[in-house]
Amino acid sequence: MIKKLTLSALTALGLSASAAMAAGSGGHIHDVDFSFEGPFGKYDQMQLQRGLQIFTEVCTACHGMKFVPIRTLADEGGPELPEDQVRAYAAQYPVNDEAANMHLFDYEEGAARPLTENDHFPANASQNAPDLSLMAKARAGFHGPAGTGINQFLKGIGGPEYIVAILTGYTGEEKVEAGTTYYENTAFSTGWIAMAPPLYGEDVEFADGHSNELHHEAEDVAAFLMWAAEPKMMARKKAGFVAVTFLVILTSLLFLTNKKLWAPHKGKKTTL
Amino acid sequence: MSGIPHDHYEPKTGFTKAVNSRLPIIGLIYDTLMIPTPKNLNWMWIWGIVLAFCLALQIVTGIVLVMHYTPHVDLAFRSVEHIMRDVNGGHMLRYLHANGASLFFFAVYLHIFRGLYYGSYKAPREITWIIGMIIYLLMMATGFMGYVLPWGQMSFWGATVITGLFGAIPFIGEPIQTWLLGGPAVDNATLNRFFSLHYLLPFVIAGLVIVHIWAFHNTGNNNPTGVEVRRTSKAEAEKDTLPFWPYFVIKDLFALGVVLIAFFAVVGFMPNYLGHPDNYIEANPLSTPAHIVPEWYFLPFYAILRAFTADVWLVQIISFLTGGIVDAKFFGVLAMFGAIIAMALVPWTDTSSVRSGKYRPMFKVAYWLLVFFFLGLTWAGAQGTDLIMVGILDGHPVFMQALSGADFDNTIGMSAPGFALIGSAYWFGYFFVILPLLGIIEKPLPMPATIEEDFIAHYPSAAKEPAE
Repeated sequence: MIKKLTLSALTALGLSASAAMAAGSGGHIHDVDFSFEGPFGKYDQMQLQRGLQIFTEVCTACHGMKFVPIRTLADEGGPELPEDQVRAYAAQYPVNDEAANMHLFDYEEGAARPLTENDHFPANASQNAPDLSLMAKARAGFHGPAGTGINQFLKGIGGPEYIVAILTGYTGEEKVEAGTTYYENTAFSTGWIAMAPPLYGEDVEFADGHSNELHHEAEDVAAFLMWAAEPKMMARKKAGFVAVTFLVILTSLLFLTNKKLWAPHKGKKTTL
Repeated sequence: MSGIPHDHYEPKTGFTKAVNSRLPIIGLIYDTLMIPTPKNLNWMWIWGIVLAFCLALQIVTGIVLVMHYTPHVDLAFRSVEHIMRDVNGGHMLRYLHANGASLFFFAVYLHIFRGLYYGSYKAPREITWIIGMIIYLLMMATGFMGYVLPWGQMSFWGATVITGLFGAIPFIGEPIQTWLLGGPAVDNATLNRFFSLHYLLPFVIAGLVIVHIWAFHNTGNNNPTGVEVRRTSKAEAEKDTLPFWPYFVIKDLFALGVVLIAFFAVVGFMPNYLGHPDNYIEANPLSTPAHIVPEWYFLPFYAILRAFTADVWLVQIISFLTGGIVDAKFFGVLAMFGAIIAMALVPWTDTSSVRSGKYRPMFKVAYWLLVFFFLGLTWAGAQGTDLIMVGILDGHPVFMQALSGADFDNTIGMSAPGFALIGSAYWFGYFFVILPLLGIIEKPLPMPATIEEDFIAHYPSAAKEPAE
């Protein structure tokens, strides 16, 4: 909270925010205290690796992630898997939707070739599920109040929170409309989502023995998807911090220069 | 320049004499930098330098982004992700460029409203004002086309809605829209021409900025009192002014530093705050977003565009009188462009002989109402057309989405569209009714006779001789 208040003070010049929130909103989204929030927030490497495991074992059945190169799993500020593990991971990665990944098709074998770390995660359009590369930036969890954007300023835009809310928002009710099954979900805009509940809790076993309760799993995969959408976030925040620090020093010096420069014309004595 | 008596450049060495007699470039730079500037300029006179910085920032980051971007409907979104993930420092370049546009408009609005308050548009600075308005229009065109380039959902649908405005023009609208788009709908041809123009227009803006600066260097700066610098003798002029270098360069750089602290905090810590999440979804012509919202800096005029719906009596009357040629949609388009034209014409609609709003008591009230409605229109432009304030709970207004056909008789009813209509009416009223009338009925307050007098009122010890 303190970090967030510092940020508000820094940016209190009052940039208008109205474009950031269209009025459309779904159900209630809880604020999750992710490690990567705030100006000094960092990704939790272990959490990203757990999220990667959930993504690999659960999400990939229906979703693709075509903008994310597999090699970036080894990059600094990400899950930081060792490079040999990334190669092994890529080699065993299944291509579930060959039609959406024709660039991987090996015509001699008559099937998709094995992936290498230089490939992107495959696309997957087989179930009409949206690509997850940018999902954590393509949804807003927070709106308002009254269309002012203040909530997004204080809590963040809320993409990962929205993902957590969707994954934990199933009520168990179902309905069939025109041959499609819809599942009631308190976070989804219409209240009924076409995605069957992907996580129930205890869906994966973590090697480090971390809790695999539903809300833990949801937060882990949401954190992973935030990294997938914004892999350079830690580098960006560092650059922002360096820039702000440098500018504070430069601006202070300019303030003193300006004061001394003008003093004789304002009839003031300078102590400098 | 500027008709203010001051020392001109005299080349001293053989080399500078030789150069300056062949091309007076050194003299031009010297006179531009050393222009006598009213010494009472306040902190609202810093936005020009911020704007110059923005233009340079946008051109430099933009040129590098173009090296990695692909203007094709199948590749544009992917190439932006390539910039974000693979290009060295690409994510910073793109966030600087995207948020640089926001800073650009933030600064230009403060610059414009500074001019409106202190009467900077009045004679002899009308041409400076008009050039500024043209720059502002080009900025809007450039910003809009730039937002289309990432080819996200808001890019695509924003382009569809805004080019659709031209389609609202009676008879010739549709051919014009097709001509603008390069086809029947927003597609690859549209993306390519927007890319081309998005690259071209900033250089046109840069040229006009030079003319803008040239124009006000010729008339001299306005200042918070609106009183002109004394031009009767060099001694008097020097009591009213100080040279731009170093006094205003250092002052402006300090102010720029303060602004950039906030800017880099936004870029570093919340770069997507001013954007829209939908633009991280690749453009899909088959799926319309629930709410199409333009960038925040277009919202006031977007609100004016949408305010004039078919149930507004003025629209109904005009529609009836024109035999339906001017329908609600076209009326909205006329209102939106008219709102900007109204602002451009202010040098001639403001009849007051007093330049600065500081000495105009009634004008001040009207001006701050204009600011209030401008901010309100920004808010209204971002709302769905169905947001209604239904009451006040514990001192806070309570809003909800209106259900179609809901009965709001029992509420104190202030809706976003309703507010937009009042705000739009005030915008036009301010420029076409209030300003012309105020010049006649208003009794201005006493003004200082000279800039020196105003400066000494702020800094009493400045009356003594400078202790240099």
